[in-house]
Amino acid sequence: MPVTSVKKDPMTLTMTIVAEFDATIARVWKLWEDPRQLERWWGPPTYPATVTAYDFTPGGRVSYFMTGPGGDQPRGWWRFVAVESPHRIEFENGLADESGAPQPDMPAMVVRVSLGEATPGRTRMAVESVFPSSEAMERFLHMGMEEGMCAAIGQVDALI
Amino acid sequence: MLIIYNHMVVDYQHRNRTDEVFHALADATRRSIVERTLQRDYSVSELARLFPMSFAAVQKHVAVLERAELVTKRRQGREQCVRSNVVAIRRAQKQLERYEVLWRSRIERMNEILDEDS
Repeated sequence: MPVTSVKKDPMTLTMTIVAEFDATIARVWKLWEDPRQLERWWGPPTYPATVTAYDFTPGGRVSYFMTGPGGDQPRGWWRFVAVESPHRIEFENGLADESGAPQPDMPAMVVRVSLGEATPGRTRMAVESVFPSSEAMERFLHMGMEEGMCAAIGQVDALI
Repeated sequence: MLIIYNHMVVDYQHRNRTDEVFHALADATRRSIVERTLQRDYSVSELARLFPMSFAAVQKHVAVLERAELVTKRRQGREQCVRSNVVAIRRAQKQLERYEVLWRSRIERMNEILDEDS
């Protein structure tokens, strides 16, 4: 398992997950930089993500939607706060309406990614997520995340 | 509590909750209120008798704790009942557990993509 640690703080609604990959920093950076690669890992197979706009620069915006098993297509957006190749990415992630515009009543969450060399040729990735409220978190969990969890549990069951 | 302040470029709008929790717990009276309400519910007037300060001052402290979602307040007859928000914290813990499963599966998929290269 690439995951090496997970820290969760319910008081501040923050989670930090750390993983190590057998790949260079440049290669792991590509997983974030290239929207076609991002689409392959952001959503689970049962709830794939389609990225319709991707501006990977500070202040740049991302539009995407997920496609659920029932054909439902919830939309989301990102806004990059920092893009510092190849070590650091920070973005806000929010839910969007049908037209792709941010939902006004829905505060964004913040995601901070940092990449570093664990050992030569091996990359350590830390992802810190901060939710604005428990209510907002529930809505994020419902947007393809719930389905993601079920799919992931299904995969684990298949392995056992 | 885990907070990573290694990135100083921060959008303060989204630091609100963390800031509020820290601000709320930075004061001895408020920490004492949190500790007490973990044992049982207190009315605001009961709390006011415990601390050398006015009812209004205690009410202000309770409001800060409320904003940080550390306590909830509800009316019970003529009294305001202050209750520790353990339920909300437990709920947040459960939500974070679901979120962890989500990220574990994302990282698993990232790893599979990287494996394809070699």
